Parts: sequence; structure tokens; C-alpha cells
Amino acid sequence: MAGEPKIEAYVRTEMAPTMAPPPSTVGIMGWVRANLFSDWFNTILTLLGLYVTYLLISTIVDWAFLRAVWTGENNKACLAQEVGFEVGACWAFVKAKFPQFVYGRYPLEERWRVDLTFLVGAVGLAWVLLENVPWRKWVGIFMLAGYPILAFILLSGGNLDISGGTWLFWIIVAALVFGAVALWGMRAKNAGEDFDLGTAMIVPAGIFGYLFIVLLLLSFNFGLSHVETPLWGGLLVTLVVAITGIVASLPIGILLALGRRSSMPVVRMASVIFIEFWRGVPLITVLFMSSVMLPLFLPEGVNFDKLLRCLIGVALFSAAYMAEVVRGGLQAIPKGQYEGAMALGLPYWKMMNLIVLPQALKLVIPGIVNTFIGLFKDTTLVLIIGLFDLLGIIQLNVTADAKWFAPSVHITAYVFAGLVFWIFCFGMSRYSIYMENKLHTGHKR
Amino acid sequence: MSAETQAAEEAKVPLWNDPKVRALVSQAILVILVVWFGYEIVNNTLVNLEKRKIASGFGFLNTTASFGIIQSLIPYSEASSYGRVFVVGLLNTILVGVIGIILATILGFVVGIMRLSKNWVVAKIATVYVETLRNLPLLLQIFFWYFGVLSALPSARNSLSLFNDSVFLNSRGLYLPKPIFESGSSLIFIGLLIGLVAAPMVARWARKRQEATGEQFPIFWSSVGLIIGLPILGYLLSGLPVSVEFSTKGTFNLSGGLQVIPEFVALVLALSFYTASFIAEIVRAGILAVSHGQTEASHALGLRNGPTLRLVVIPQALRVIIPPLTSQYLNLTKNSSLAVAIAYPDLVSVFAGTVLNQTGQAVEILLMTMGVYLTLSLLTSLFMNWYNAKMALTER
Repeated sequence: MAGEPKIEAYVRTEMAPTMAPPPSTVGIMGWVRANLFSDWFNTILTLLGLYVTYLLISTIVDWAFLRAVWTGENNKACLAQEVGFEVGACWAFVKAKFPQFVYGRYPLEERWRVDLTFLVGAVGLAWVLLENVPWRKWVGIFMLAGYPILAFILLSGGNLDISGGTWLFWIIVAALVFGAVALWGMRAKNAGEDFDLGTAMIVPAGIFGYLFIVLLLLSFNFGLSHVETPLWGGLLVTLVVAITGIVASLPIGILLALGRRSSMPVVRMASVIFIEFWRGVPLITVLFMSSVMLPLFLPEGVNFDKLLRCLIGVALFSAAYMAEVVRGGLQAIPKGQYEGAMALGLPYWKMMNLIVLPQALKLVIPGIVNTFIGLFKDTTLVLIIGLFDLLGIIQLNVTADAKWFAPSVHITAYVFAGLVFWIFCFGMSRYSIYMENKLHTGHKR
Repeated sequence: MSAETQAAEEAKVPLWNDPKVRALVSQAILVILVVWFGYEIVNNTLVNLEKRKIASGFGFLNTTASFGIIQSLIPYSEASSYGRVFVVGLLNTILVGVIGIILATILGFVVGIMRLSKNWVVAKIATVYVETLRNLPLLLQIFFWYFGVLSALPSARNSLSLFNDSVFLNSRGLYLPKPIFESGSSLIFIGLLIGLVAAPMVARWARKRQEATGEQFPIFWSSVGLIIGLPILGYLLSGLPVSVEFSTKGTFNLSGGLQVIPEFVALVLALSFYTASFIAEIVRAGILAVSHGQTEASHALGLRNGPTLRLVVIPQALRVIIPPLTSQYLNLTKNSSLAVAIAYPDLVSVFAGTVLNQTGQAVEILLMTMGVYLTLSLLTSLFMNWYNAKMALTER
């Protein structure tokens, strides 16, 4: 190296100035060339796509706005021979029927109760879903423990006739449980074990305290008139079915998933049979079962409300799907996590609650939300057994109301229903993506 | 000594803290609860049935049904039995399922590949399709097609005619040309059967020969030739026994040809459009799951785009795609029970609907209906387990 002659004249000391990229490859033009018109096939696809988009958008705008009818009292406003042009959307129909779509046949003067329920629910939900708000945890606890009771009392009127027998039964159960805990404490004290009676009493006291407060509230007369569930309808029923299903299916699903992964053969078999049964049959047959078979299963004199029977069916059905989603998460947790928890001496439920489930549930948030979305869409099926959810009440209005009989009404009503469902489902899927990104703390690259 | 200490240690653990005892007790409690629950249900049902004077048992299946069904794949009349209604409904369910699955698969694969297209417009159109259809309830879509679109079609007198008057569309359904097989056409089916059996055998022979000698054989074209060519040969040899009957327009109605009822059209359209949006996402995820390194490695080995896709990407993508795809097929079949909402005569609609209302045999009928769907889903999961075992990566 050292002996080589230097050829300084041919060595550049500074970099050649970088040239600007060809204008055809940068900026909007470059993007368009690369993504839309890179070769003849791509060009044809782009033109075809643009044409399809144009057709779609122009049809929609034309139908929903240009040829739409916005006001009117009855079908005369939406009939082509009356107004003199081919009517597109008949929004007048939606406007006239809107209260029915929301409340069903709920009595007019009592509708503020539904509004109040919606309002509390919306505010509470937003409070829980948003971040950086004070008392988020307490609002969450209220939404889980208090809101269902509040909603039930507001919507149905409360003032249940709870028999003395029921009270007596629960008081005896509570007394037995407290007695058992006290006996246990005495035995432990005699054996010289470290046992604090006060701590042991907290859980049963909380459970029974809650139970008795609920019983008291349900039987208390708030002066609200009783509204029977056959009068409920529209969005109200849709939301009641969906939210009950969502709230009930998650804990049942988690229990079933844990059961399916349990080392106890009987528990495992029972969970597998339960899950596979509900997953193997269509929801319609479940609803049929709840409406024709469940009354046969019950002892004489016991009769459930139709809506309640349907809620039980929907909750069990979606719990089975939820169980499979949660099981996926449980299986994805490495064995070392279980072994680590056991090595720390944690008993089964503490291991699951503190170590395994938080990780597993985080992994399967998309699956859980997908199940929620599926459940929300499936609430429409209740119309087949004669409950009037949003789609049911719309269907009833377009087929049975002669006052609004017009060809354009059908499609308008379905588009409106579609829009409502779409907003809910799309909103849920967006929130799930947001949560997924937020909780995706482990392996971010 | 040590054994004694161990025994002493074990004896110290109280009974209620022994995991084995705990497991036994909790399982025993579960068994008792389940048995008690089952006993209560059976007992209540028997009491209730007796009270309502409903005879239990499957004897009702031989009773005359005395109602008509608008679409049946096997001979059916009002004089047929309830058992035959069950078969008719089952066949109609299977028909919707098979045709829906074929259409949904084709559309789903097209949309899934479109979502991955480098062309921005095409990818966005596919995204809008998926996000719209996936977030709308299926029942709403069925109503939309049935009440919104099909019933808005012109009446039979002003039928829309497509393809030079060979296909008609009106509010009473879709009218297709109907092939009529005359005597001697069995040769065609024999040809098809031979083709279907011979094609895999040729493929196996070709693979063996390629492994032994390295010589390639046009498997694809030879299979196509066998499966399509042999029936055509049979058709020609037996003297052209197949004719086509077109629908003809009368004054009030169309006659002849193959009439597809509007309920069927609406159901198939809604099911396949809805399921296709899910299949599209499965296909997209499957293709994205094959890392780009696989493609690059394949190119580096000198394989061109076509063989890379065929030999490297698709086999690996299918491993990811097939299990969720199968469960979508199952979902489609189960969702076809929504037919009851528009009165397409499927299993749930005619058997769990009409027959149940006529006979009141709720328990037997629902058990049979659920049994059908359960069997289908168990068969599907058996297939999936077999397929997973066959396709699973063999590691260490």
C-alpha cells in the first residue's frame, strides 16, 4: 500500500451534488404513476375502478339527495304518480316513524325514562372508554353493578313483587354462609393459625350486601308505572339484547374457557360439550328453543318473559363463542407464566386473575370485539320469534302500514337500518383497533 | 426415616387444602348439579307434555303433511309425510349451502386479492366492500335483496331479458335455460366419472415420474382434458342427447325452462356477498402471513413469478387460510337458516317452522333440527383436525 503512487488528480474530494429525482417519480405525479398507471393492465384497472366508483357515488347521491323526498305526511309524498318524478329515498317516512324506530310501542308519556337510560348509559360508557378522566374506576364499577339495576327499574318500572319466601331464603343462605365463616375462624384460632375474621368476612358481606340492596331497590315503589316488555321495541330492544348479551357472555365465556383447559376431566368434558353444542347450532334454532322449548322445561307456574327467555338464549350462545376466543388467548400464554405463578405459591384463581388472564385477554381483544360485533348484528334475529328490535319494527312498518305504502319506502327503511347498525359495528371495530395499539406494549418494533 | 418424615409432612396437609380432594369434591358437586338440572328438565317436560296432551315420540314423521312446498329437489306432494318434509328441507338447505359456498369463495378470493393490489383505487374499492358488508346484519341484507330489490323487479309481463332472451328476470324469480337429458346421456356422466377418477391418478404417476427422471408432464392441461374432454366425447358418441329448453314468454307468465324462486336468489345473494367479505379478510391475512423472504428466496432460486406463486406462496398461504375458511363455510350453512325470515323452504323454515306449528312436537323437531346442524359442524371440525394434522409444519 505504502509504495503505490498517488493519483490525486482523479480522486474527487467532495461529493458530486445529488440530482433531483426525475419529476415523474416524486410528488403526486410519481405516486399516481407508481400506484395507478404503472403498466397497461394497471391502467385499465384504475379506469375501471374509477368508473365503478363514479357509478356508485352518482347513484347514491342521486338517490339519497337529488331525488329524495324530505317532508310529507303519508305515502302520497313518495309516490311517483303524485309528485311527478321517480322518487329516490323517502326520508319523510323515516322522519315520521323515527320515534317508533327508537322506542317501539313504549308509552308516549313514559319515553323520558328510555331517554334517561340511554343518556346515563352513553355518558357512563364514554367515561369508561375515554382516558384521563377522574374516577374512571368508580364509574366502571357503577356501570357494571349499578347501571343494569337502574336501567331495569327505569325501563320496566321496578316495583317487583318479591315474595317473603324469597327474602327468607336469601336471609337463611346469608346466615348460613356467615355462620360457616365464623366457625372456620374459631377452628383456625383454636389451631393457632393466622386468621383474620374481618378480612374473611369482607367478600361474603359485599356479595350479600349487594344482593339485599338490589332486592330492596327492585321491590321499592318509585312511583313509575309498569311497562310490559311486549311494548318495548326498536333501538331500545336492540340495545337491551346486545348489551345484556355482551355483559353476560364475557364472564360466562371466561369461565367456560378456563373449564375447557382445566385438569379436572369432568369439568373439561362438561365445558367441551356445552361449548360445542352451542357453537354447532344456528342462533335461530336457539331462539326457537328459547321460545317454544324453554316453557316446557320450567316447572308449572314459573313463566319467564319472552324478552328474558331470548336474552338467556343469546347470552349462552355468545358465551360459547367467547369461550373459544378466550381459550385461544389462554393457549397463547407460554407455559412458563403458569409455572412461574405456581412457583410463587399462587393458588389457581389468583394465578388466573393476576398472571394469566390479564395477558390472555389482552391478546384476544380483537377476537372479543369481533364476537361483540357478531352478537350486535345477530340481535336482528329476535324478530323471527316475534320481538320487535330495530329491524323488526322497520319491517313491521314497511310491510303492514298501508298509510305509507310506496315502492321507495322499502329501500329507504333498509338503508336507514343499515346505517344505524353500520355506525355501531364500525365504531366498535375502530375502538378495538385503537385498544389493540394502546395495549400492544410488549413487542412493539 | 425420610419416608416417615414425608408421611408426616403429608399428614399435616389438612384435607381441605389437598388439591386432589378439592378436585374430586368440586367435580362431584358439578356432576350432582348437572344430573339434578337434567332430571328437573326432563321431569318438567314430561309433566308439561302430559298436561298439554302432546304425545312424545317420532311417530308423527309418518303422518301426512298436507301442505305444499314451493321448491323441492325430490318428488313431493301434499300427500307426503312429515318425514319427507324433513328430507326436502334438508336438501334445500344443502342446495343453498353448496351454491352459496361456491359463489362466496370466488367473490371472497377476488376481493381479498383486490385488497392487496398495488393499485390504490382497486384496493380502496375492496376495502369499502369489506367494511360495508361485514358490518351490516345478514338478516338486513336478506331483507334488502328480497323486499328491496327482487320485489321491485318488473312483473312477469315485462320481464327483463338477458343474453338474447335466454335468461329472464322478474319479480317471480330467475328463469334459466334448462338442460334436458334424453336417453343415452348416461355416457356423459360415465365419461365425467372416469375423468374425475383418472385425473388424480395421472397426476400421481406424473409426480412419481418427475421425482424419478426429472421429466415434467403437463398435469394441469391433462386433467382439464380428462375431466372436460371425456364427457364431451361421451356426448358426441351417444349422438348429442342433450337439448336445452328455453323459457318462453306467454301473455301473463313465463313457461318452461328452469325457474329459480326469488327467495332462493335473495338468500344466495345475501349469504354469498356477506360471507365473501369475511373470506376476503381471511385470504388477505393468509397471503400476508407468507413472509416476503419466501418470495425473494424463491426468486433467488430462479423460479419465475408464476411458479413462485404456485409452488411457494400459495401452499403456505393455504395452510393459514383453510381452517378459518372451513369455519366460514360452516357459518354460511348455519346462517342459511335465516331463510325462515323470507320463507325459503329450508330445514328450519319448513320443518322447525311449519311442521312444528302443525304438530306441536317441539322437543323432537328441535332436537332433529339441531342434530342436523351439530352433525354438520362435527364433520367439519373432524375434517379440520385431519387437515391440520396433514398440513401442520413438521418441526423437529
